[in-house]
Amino acid sequence: MMNGSSSIAARLESALGPTQMVSDAATCANYAVDEMIPSAVAKPSSPEEVAELVRFAAREKLALIPSGARTKLRIGMTPARYDIALDMSALNKIAHYDPGDLTLGVDAGTPIAKLNATLLEHQQFLPLLVPWYSLTTIGGTIASGIDSPLRQFYGTARDFLIGAEFIDGTGKLCKSGGRVVKNVTGYDLHKLLIGSLGTLAVITRLNFRTFPAPLAGSRGFVASFPNAEGALTLRRAVAQSSLTPLTFDIVSPALAQVFSSRTPATLETAVFADENRNTNPSSLQPVGEWFRPHEWQLCAAFAGTPEVLDRYVRDLRRFATESCAASLAFLDEAARPAVWGRLRETLSLLLEFSADATVFKISVLPSQYGALFISLRQIADQAGLPHALVARGGGTIYFTLLPVPANDETTRRVAQAATQIFQLISAADGDATLLFAPPALNVSANIRGSSRSDSALMRKLKSAFDPQNIFAPGRFSGLF
Amino acid sequence: MNSSLIREFEDSVGTASVLYRPEDLLLYEYDGSVEKGRPDLVVFPTTTEQVSHIVKLAAKHRLPVVGRGAGTGLSGGALARTGGVMLVFARMNCILELDVENRRAVVQPGVVNYELTCAAEPHGLYFAPDPSSWKSCTIGGNVAENAGGPHTLAYGVTTNHVTALELVLPDGEIVRVGSKQGDTPGYDLTGLFVGSEGTLALVTEITVKLARKPEAVKTLLAIFDTVDDAAETVVDITARAITPSACEMLDGWTLRAVEDYIHVGFPMDSAAVLLIEVEGLTETVGAQAAAIIEVSNAHHAREVRVARDNAERELLWKGRKNAFGALGRLAPSNYVLDGVIPRSKLPQALRRIQKVGEQYGFQIGNIFHAGDGNLHPIVLFDPRDRKQFERALQAAAEIIRYCVEVGGALTGEHGVGMEKSELMPLLFSDADFDLMRRVHDAFNPDSSLNPGKIFPLSKGCGEIRVHSQSSTAPLRP
Repeated sequence: MMNGSSSIAARLESALGPTQMVSDAATCANYAVDEMIPSAVAKPSSPEEVAELVRFAAREKLALIPSGARTKLRIGMTPARYDIALDMSALNKIAHYDPGDLTLGVDAGTPIAKLNATLLEHQQFLPLLVPWYSLTTIGGTIASGIDSPLRQFYGTARDFLIGAEFIDGTGKLCKSGGRVVKNVTGYDLHKLLIGSLGTLAVITRLNFRTFPAPLAGSRGFVASFPNAEGALTLRRAVAQSSLTPLTFDIVSPALAQVFSSRTPATLETAVFADENRNTNPSSLQPVGEWFRPHEWQLCAAFAGTPEVLDRYVRDLRRFATESCAASLAFLDEAARPAVWGRLRETLSLLLEFSADATVFKISVLPSQYGALFISLRQIADQAGLPHALVARGGGTIYFTLLPVPANDETTRRVAQAATQIFQLISAADGDATLLFAPPALNVSANIRGSSRSDSALMRKLKSAFDPQNIFAPGRFSGLF
Repeated sequence: MNSSLIREFEDSVGTASVLYRPEDLLLYEYDGSVEKGRPDLVVFPTTTEQVSHIVKLAAKHRLPVVGRGAGTGLSGGALARTGGVMLVFARMNCILELDVENRRAVVQPGVVNYELTCAAEPHGLYFAPDPSSWKSCTIGGNVAENAGGPHTLAYGVTTNHVTALELVLPDGEIVRVGSKQGDTPGYDLTGLFVGSEGTLALVTEITVKLARKPEAVKTLLAIFDTVDDAAETVVDITARAITPSACEMLDGWTLRAVEDYIHVGFPMDSAAVLLIEVEGLTETVGAQAAAIIEVSNAHHAREVRVARDNAERELLWKGRKNAFGALGRLAPSNYVLDGVIPRSKLPQALRRIQKVGEQYGFQIGNIFHAGDGNLHPIVLFDPRDRKQFERALQAAAEIIRYCVEVGGALTGEHGVGMEKSELMPLLFSDADFDLMRRVHDAFNPDSSLNPGKIFPLSKGCGEIRVHSQSSTAPLRP
């Protein structure tokens, strides 16, 4: 084994030179995926170098996994093979930015926080308020397919990713889409990269449309309810109104408890226009009275002119009262980040709270929330596992089992609950994915439950992009 | 096509669902573009199973298959370039489900865009993509071309509103991709198939998002004495991040043709007008309209009118949406381009178009989605004059080349089809074509589905296989 890995490193070095490659054990261990450690770490500094590396890997039939800040490498199946870690963090330039056109092209390894800092100078931003915000790269965000509370208003990356450049499995630089906001020239291959976990191509450049950053004076709203029904009634009232909040999330009592008790390890960074003056990143303020640990909460953010803000306050207050809220609070711009920083960091907070937290991403229709909340709770209760939930306004639920303390017995119960959750969601015509799970669980379970009927089409696409199966083999699904 | 073959198709779907006489086929040899291509057989399926069956039958006889909705497309996407079987979805036109609570509709591909909006309207909902042909184009066609429209500026194009598809693959297999909610684990197959111009699969059922009708709308008409001032106004509106739901420009020549035809009240002596709409909360709309008036005035608008009521608003939009009809009165044919440019480059692009027109001896009109940089220069010509037609194509190619030079694209919403396929190498490299072809072949390995589209036929890049058993129609008029 030692011979194998050192020979990979030696061949890589002779092919590419030592400057972009390291193979010492300590460095390689930093790039482990589910305890699999690569034989070498390459850090290319140009798309051409990436292409060269990929051609080398294709020739030698070596498996590559690209990564950025490595904050979300736990998402996905355990790789079937893993020879070379491709650290993309040296590709970190903003290639073009046309504030007048609200378009941007950026290298994959660019940290989102750095990117948004540049955009905020022009009162613009990219609405990807994703977990591990102060660390994560734009490439990792796209490849992991992680979403953001702001999807309520701005949609997901598929709605504003307008083009991409990437190295395909034959080692060629390819592109799709372009730099303009409206474009139907050729296949939308860049959309396939979203959530592809590095299995299709190595992303080198991403083009986006940017958005005006919410005006100074953005506000927050938190309403608390003794039970989920109240929060759901309020959700429905707002969804059927003319209000279009920026974020719109239901938080379960257990998650409120985690929010109240913890400050995210990842630092707060300016996201909205009104935070721009506070250029020094700092820890989030305590969450104060806003979250009531034994109650369900509905949280919304909104922005606009003073007249618009007044309208939101008026309507939200009325809807909350009609939904029998136990309490409601409007947060000014000073208090709002304490709440929204935590909402953004929900996943990182849960994983800090319990390293064995098992997080499901569930997609269903919002009208199914009421029944599913009850069933999910029953499954967790039967397994004797604490659980937390956040449900976005548009049908995305993050449901987390929190085995504390974790041991073989709790892992067995988590596995059992996972099977039940997959069955429940499948029966509801929804989709469930195991996003984060302890390695012991991850190797034994298909993270997507039963395979979908479109798996065969996905397999064909994988072969079209990566004919030799060198990109993150096995990561995406047990099938390929 | 021989009669025993025709009988096989008639046996599977009934004689009333098959056309094969040359005089019947004539109607299906053209669309809204300047291209032609006649099928050998036209079939009107009524169910997904029939579609699958026809596709299998065609495969057995090695006949190409082309899907078609209303035939309003502007790039030759729904033309049988190499003959074969055309599947017209006119009879698969049912709205299968309206889920008001979750704001979703499930429709068959032949449902007319506007009819879905009409069906959703009593519930305060509508289907956001609104191409100018919305009263006749089908949602299946919208999906194939990833159609846009004026209001996509704020709400996005078709792909942003489709959450699931039922597809028939070239071997007749029926598959479903996506989900009603829309977020499915794995690769975004829905995102790939929308806008693939019928070259990967036939779409037999579509799940779309419905949008909530805004509580307030204001429609403004800003009138300018120079095209430059109108263009600079658009640049400024974009740069100031005022987000209207639509921002359309008509130049003086075009608006006079429209006014002659429809009488909507466009001032005949102006150089350009902007038709701008803002939507949302009552409180938002007032502030946005005020900001737009301010920007327009800063760029020397002669006047900014605000539509007083719904009737006036609808009249202004009627002028915009029927503009192509108005131009039809001026010349036997017109060629509508669809290039896209960065919005910051709008003034120089319009000057360039003007220059190209002078150079080639054409009056080129402009009526387009200014807010998202999607140009629609219109070249009027007489197709019977072949020299003039060739010159029109050259002028068009020069404009498209300019769009690419300034960082733009060939097409913003009409699709590549057979009209722009030879221009694709302007944007894409051999490596890009290689990958696109591998993706194409993964689903449509024999090029039996809509052959001769998107990929350039010329040698070198992307020599996609084209069957040639039929040659009923010349490629160009």
